[in-house]
Parts: sequence; structure tokens; C-alpha cells
Amino acid sequence: MPNKDTIVDVPTVNKIARLCRLDIPEVNKESLTNDLNNILGFVAQLDEVDTSNVEPLASVTGHKLPLRSDDVNDGNIEDLVLKNAPESSSGFFVVPKVIE
Amino acid sequence: MNNTSTLKPGHIQGETGIWEMVIGLEIHAQISSKSKLFSGASASFGSEANRNVSLVDAAMPGMLPVINEFCVEQAVKTGLALNAKINNVSVFDRKNYFYADLPQGYQISQFTKPIVGEGEIIVDLDDEEQTIIGIERLHLEQDAGKSLHDQHPTKSYIDLNRTGVALMEIVSKPDIRSPQEAGAYVKKIRSILRYIGACDGNMEEGSLRADCNVSVRKSGEEFGTRCEIKNLNSIRFIIQAIQSEAERQVDILEEGGTIDQETRLFDTSTGETRSMRSKEDAHDYRYFPDPDLLPLEFTESWVQDIKESLPELPDSLKKRLVKDFGITSYDASILVEEKDYVDFYQQAANGRDGKLTANWMITELFGALKKDNLSFSESPITSENLGELISLISNGTISGKIAKEVFSEMMKSKKSPSEIVKEKGLEQVSDDSEILKLIDQVISDNKDKVNEYLSGKDKLFGFFVGQVMKLSQGKANPGVVNKLLKEKLK
Repeated sequence: MPNKDTIVDVPTVNKIARLCRLDIPEVNKESLTNDLNNILGFVAQLDEVDTSNVEPLASVTGHKLPLRSDDVNDGNIEDLVLKNAPESSSGFFVVPKVIE
Repeated sequence: MNNTSTLKPGHIQGETGIWEMVIGLEIHAQISSKSKLFSGASASFGSEANRNVSLVDAAMPGMLPVINEFCVEQAVKTGLALNAKINNVSVFDRKNYFYADLPQGYQISQFTKPIVGEGEIIVDLDDEEQTIIGIERLHLEQDAGKSLHDQHPTKSYIDLNRTGVALMEIVSKPDIRSPQEAGAYVKKIRSILRYIGACDGNMEEGSLRADCNVSVRKSGEEFGTRCEIKNLNSIRFIIQAIQSEAERQVDILEEGGTIDQETRLFDTSTGETRSMRSKEDAHDYRYFPDPDLLPLEFTESWVQDIKESLPELPDSLKKRLVKDFGITSYDASILVEEKDYVDFYQQAANGRDGKLTANWMITELFGALKKDNLSFSESPITSENLGELISLISNGTISGKIAKEVFSEMMKSKKSPSEIVKEKGLEQVSDDSEILKLIDQVISDNKDKVNEYLSGKDKLFGFFVGQVMKLSQGKANPGVVNKLLKEKLK
């Protein structure tokens, strides 16, 4: 949970960007760092409210998670699934080599 | 490393003393559902590439996951069978990482609030010993797709058929102390899953696979730093990988080094583990509750209904077999490994000699099937026919020796034992006059030996029994032969 003491610095921004595969230009990093600190500081105001006796609220509508029965009623649409792929071959997506 | 023969399993003799292994397992079990966890695409194995993919699985924008009720039920069933706490409210989280076979960019899993909490199971070790292994948790999650790296020199081929198939991850406590215990634990989990029908347990097809966390320590010390060996798909590999990984760690520590916490792969060709080129931050998954899914809630009465529908599980069946059929606890633990074995055994042994039936099933039938490379379901011998064979032995129609001959004929021809006995005239001869004829012949053929016997060489008695049996082609009842010979040679 972020709190008022959370301070985002440029190395943190670099790390988050790398995890999200975002290429952030060097010149934007300083202002982005400030923005993030402002946002986190704003949200941190919520910490001032004592919620120790409040159950977490997952939905304001009162809906329950809907369940479906175990039926096969989808799939068989490989053409559609592959339609936007930049490259495909014999039913496979084809991507630059990724190997562990 | 010398003296390994005197060491307990799970102990390693180093230069500085004896090291102990600490092992925890994460088992991934594919749920035996027809469709996927959050979509209606088929979860079957071996289809054409990308045939079993819906737009939800392909992570097209705007698609929403809807959970499969059957999968939830299997997770609860498994939790109950593992004597574990069922959480009537659980939450789905997104586990974020990038990989080509994960179109969403995250796996839907359960992090802070899994559907099943702590439990424990009894694990059967060799020589009738048992140990209890704690369960940390069980949660529901999606499987990833499959990448093929060997189809093209510079490209990877991606098949999303497995993407979104329902998995249960069963996490043990670090209670396991040897590779053998780890193997027995996986065997037990697999057996339980198959009994309740939550997972087919097929390790070759990847329906059940395990990640092993291994560390070493001197007895009584704190846990050492652990390494995780990923994706082992056979019990033999699990045992090999843990042993070799623990030995590697001992070598490093004894040379004054430290263990890096990392993910490793087991190379089945070398029998050793090697480091996966560990990506920086690979473990920073930034979990957060999936906003597409409300918490999963169910009522206590639904859980009770599932509990009442559970079949009899291996531990209780084992006790019952020992009590009802008088067999050893070791034989019972072999028979309860598979539901099919128990059903077969109970039919064959019903109203018959339980021990004799267990011996014939475990030693002869399992041995013969293995030799002929047949699975149990392909057995040419039915439970009825094995039972009939036991009856023929018990009521003296055939001797144990002839029974083996009948048995191998049953394996070949699938005929019933009484049919074979009749066709080949193999009935045991118990009739006094028939046997006396044979005895007379043996006596007249071996006059010199008879004289030796009568003058005090008692040991020759066995020779005469053998000769009579041979003359009868094994069909004479050995008890009757013994009795009549004694009278005749007085």
C-alpha cells in the first residue's frame, strides 16, 4: 500500500518501465517521477481514514460472481484468432525467437 | 562422497558433516474439465494448433472471463480430500509477466486469498512407514500456451490451445526431507486426484507436473537458501533432480560459497540441474486483484454437499482391505494406489482367500502385465477369472505349480481357468488309488534307494515325493502323496 512516505525516484521509474516493456524517453523521466509522486501522495490521503473494522468492498452493485456450466461452446475459430497476427504459419502464431 | 550406503535417504555426507535436505513441492494439476477455466473453448489435448482458442483466450480487447463452475467444484473437492480448510470467499489476482505464449500479459491466479488453505496428507513410504506432509494452500489458475522453438531458425511458433486451461496449484509445506519422500508425496496426491476425478494424473501428457524447492542445512539449523527446479513431469525425474540439486548445493557451501536463490531446469540427459538464464526482476509479478472478476463466493451447504459426494479415499480403503481381507498393510497400499486395482481386487477376492488373491494379483498379474507391456486396463485376465483361479487353488482342484501354467495360458488366450484346466486335463489328482499306482511304480523303479531309505537314510523321502510328482506331471496332490508314501514306506 502506498503511503505518504512512498517516494518514487528515477531508478524506480526505470524499473517499472522495464517491467511494463515501456520505452520512456530520458527527458520525460524527471517529470514522470514528479507526476507519480503527486498521484501517490493524493491517494495516500485515504490512509487517514481508519478502516481497520471495515470489510474490503469488491463491488458496489451487490452482484455475485456469475458461474457458467462446463460446456464446450467456443473455439474452432482459428482463422479469426490469427487474423490480426503479423505472421502465422500452419495455424501457429509466428514470433521472433524467444528462448529461455 | 563415500559411505552413502549407510546414510539415511535425504542425507548427504560432506567434508564438514552430514547435511539434511529440506524440500517443498508445488504440484500443477490440470482439472479434468471439458472447457477452460474462463472460456467455453475445449480443454482437450492434442488438437490442431489454435483450434481450441476463443477470443477470451486470445485476450482480444473487450472480452470478459466467466468462471467454470465444474472447476470450482473440483478445487473444493480436492481441498476436502486433502483435509484442508475451504475458503468460502476467495479472490482472483493478475500475475503480470510478458511471454509470447501469454497473450493477456498476465496469468489469472489466486495470490492472497486462495480457494483452499492449510491441510495435510498421509504419505506411505517403503517398509510400512508413514509420514504426514502439510499442505500450505491450493489455488486455481490459468495454464499458459505452448511455444515451439525448433520449427524455424529465427522464429518461435505459438499454439494457444492450452492457454486458459484450468490448473490447480497444490503447494506443500517444506515438510519433505528426502527425494524418496517427495516421490511418495506426488504419488499420493496423484492417487487422490484420480480417485475423486479432479485430474487424470497423466504425467506424460503434462496433466500433472511439479516444481521442487530444494535447500540443504545441517541438522537442527535454520533453513538454507532454496532453489526452485521447474516443471518436472515424472516421479523418477523428481527424485533424480532433487538429489542432484542438493548435492550441488552441498558442494558450493562446503567450498565456502553461498547459494543464489534462483530458478533451475533439470536436464534429463545429464541428470543435473542448470540455471535458467534468470531475467532481472523475473519474480516481480506485481499481483493485483483482477478487476474483471468479483470474489468467488459459495455457501457452506454447497461445500457439505460436495463432502458427502466424495468417494472412499485411499487411506480409508487401505484400512478396510487390511481388516476385511487380512492382507498386509504393504500389499494394501499397493492395491489402493489406483481405484481400478481396488475394484478388481475386491471382485476377485470376494468370498475367497484374500492373501492368496493379493499375492497372485501383485506378483503374478502385475508382473505379467509389465512383461507384456500392457496397462492394467488392457489385462487379458478379468477379475472374475483371477477369482476363479484362486478358487481352483483353494479347493484343491489344481496345485500352485499347475496354477502358474494355467495363469500363463489365461494371459495368452483370455480363457477362463476352469476351461483351460478341463481342456488340458490339469485337475489335481487326489484319488488314493490313482496316486498309489504312481507310488508303486516309483518304488519298483528305485529299489536300491528304497533299501537305503529303509536302512535309515531319511533324507531320501523328499526324492520319492519328487519322483511321484514328476510322474503325475505335477497333477498329484502333494499332501496325499506325502501321506500315502509314509504309509507305504513304513
